[in-house]
Amino acid sequence: MTHDLVVVGAGPAGLTAAVTAARFGLRVAVLDAGSRAGGQYHRHRAGRPPAWPPLARLHTVEHLAEHRVWAVERTADGFAVHAVAGERDGGPVTVTGRNLLLATGAYDRQLPFPGWDLPGVLTAGGAQALIKGNGVAPGRRAVVAGTGPFLLPVAVALADAGVKVSAVLEASRPTPRAAALAPHSPARVVEAGRYALALARRRIPYRTGRAVIAAHGDDTGLTSVTVARLDADWRPRPGTSTEVACDTLAVGFGFTPQLELAGQLGCATTPDGFVAVDARQATDLPGLSAAGESTGIGGVHLAEVEGELAGYAIAGRTPPRALLRRRAALTRFAAGLRALYPVRPGWSSWSHADTLICRCEEVPRDRIEEAARLGADDVRSIKLLTRAGMGWCQGRMCAEATACVLSDVLDRPIAAPAPTRPIGVPIRLGDLAQGAS
Amino acid sequence: MTGASEPTPVHPPGADHFRIGVDGRPVPVEAGQTVGAAMLAAGIRSWRTTRFAGKPRGLFCGIGVCFDCLVTVNGTPSLRACLVTARPDDEVSTT
Repeated sequence: MTHDLVVVGAGPAGLTAAVTAARFGLRVAVLDAGSRAGGQYHRHRAGRPPAWPPLARLHTVEHLAEHRVWAVERTADGFAVHAVAGERDGGPVTVTGRNLLLATGAYDRQLPFPGWDLPGVLTAGGAQALIKGNGVAPGRRAVVAGTGPFLLPVAVALADAGVKVSAVLEASRPTPRAAALAPHSPARVVEAGRYALALARRRIPYRTGRAVIAAHGDDTGLTSVTVARLDADWRPRPGTSTEVACDTLAVGFGFTPQLELAGQLGCATTPDGFVAVDARQATDLPGLSAAGESTGIGGVHLAEVEGELAGYAIAGRTPPRALLRRRAALTRFAAGLRALYPVRPGWSSWSHADTLICRCEEVPRDRIEEAARLGADDVRSIKLLTRAGMGWCQGRMCAEATACVLSDVLDRPIAAPAPTRPIGVPIRLGDLAQGAS
Repeated sequence: MTGASEPTPVHPPGADHFRIGVDGRPVPVEAGQTVGAAMLAAGIRSWRTTRFAGKPRGLFCGIGVCFDCLVTVNGTPSLRACLVTARPDDEVSTT
């Protein structure tokens, strides 16, 4: 059966879009890699769904959980979405629809530093997922580091799970301009204030202009981190390093959008590397829409508004004006917030010659520098010469860092390429063979 | 007061519990947990060594992106421990 709408991603944007379209009578299928709908933000324990209205309307759509979408293609009358069902024992599934909405979200952006491959170093989102989705505290004593407002809820979640959080280390110094954002989203400012209070109550120090520049450990994993004060470009200030004992480091530097499926379809992107959409969340390809973090990092409230707008538009309805105004305000706020937490180039001075840039293929910094000196002048050439980005994660963890190391050597800006892989996530050859037949 | 002195109990009373085997060792699971979360809760931080340098790896991204946490479950290799929901009597083997 061909659906009116197929949504990839059951997070805030995707599920809001799905239930909105379903309310207008559309037949909607939602495919999601997770075992429970909600995405990263509404991740929850089995049998304990949060009070989020779209989850209560999940029955109005066909929810295909644990479906890893590896390819999307255009057909004569819409789109075909190819997935592998089940994390361990499923087979290939193809779902077709007249319209397709990509709501694939984002994951923590990582910047390599010595020791970032030690067990006990977790992405900020990963630490939160262990607690929210599993009720498991990742360790006993943690440091939270990186940049961006997401570090705050992660620190609070860790503390509430019984972890002693030594500090939240924010590499940026975001204070002066923050007040200027307030008119665009008072709710978010109140939220920030609530987190500041929550940290204070739990006696977690929040330090700006500081970063974890190295992690140390033994065969069992992380035992301590080196913390340094940073200059405005994120270079460590000499003589400011201290060592902090911990078994867990939760680290993240903002978010990287998941663009594999958009890349396969070849829709237009923005200069800063997101899916380009119009006022109705439509891309430049007929029938293809996108909403949420893949169209710009904006947080849960913006994602839901974008999802609702997309739901109206795909159903052929005129969205309420208030919704459009809300999106405009949240979009301005998100842009302002991103400007407060920029990644500065000095982070690359944290890594050494032997620091791994590509975790999967164990490619250290000096091999990438050597390849650059041999003439590799883009990320793809670096990959062919060093295998950086050729492993299991398909460059999701290292493509941006590889581009930065290359820029350092060549002394000019190098962009990480947008993903254009025919297979969006690693799948078994057997599933590929069956899916193609 | 909601302070750090009140840790979330790993096994609250009344929840559905079972065990899985990890390299022959019993590991308790609360229904709905992933294999990786159950292993970490049991104090297992790393369960794979890298091909070249033999370095230990375990969970990193925790949401299915990085592929650092690969395990074999009931003979099926290369599964992400952070995504696979544990089932009673699962046998997990690591390398």
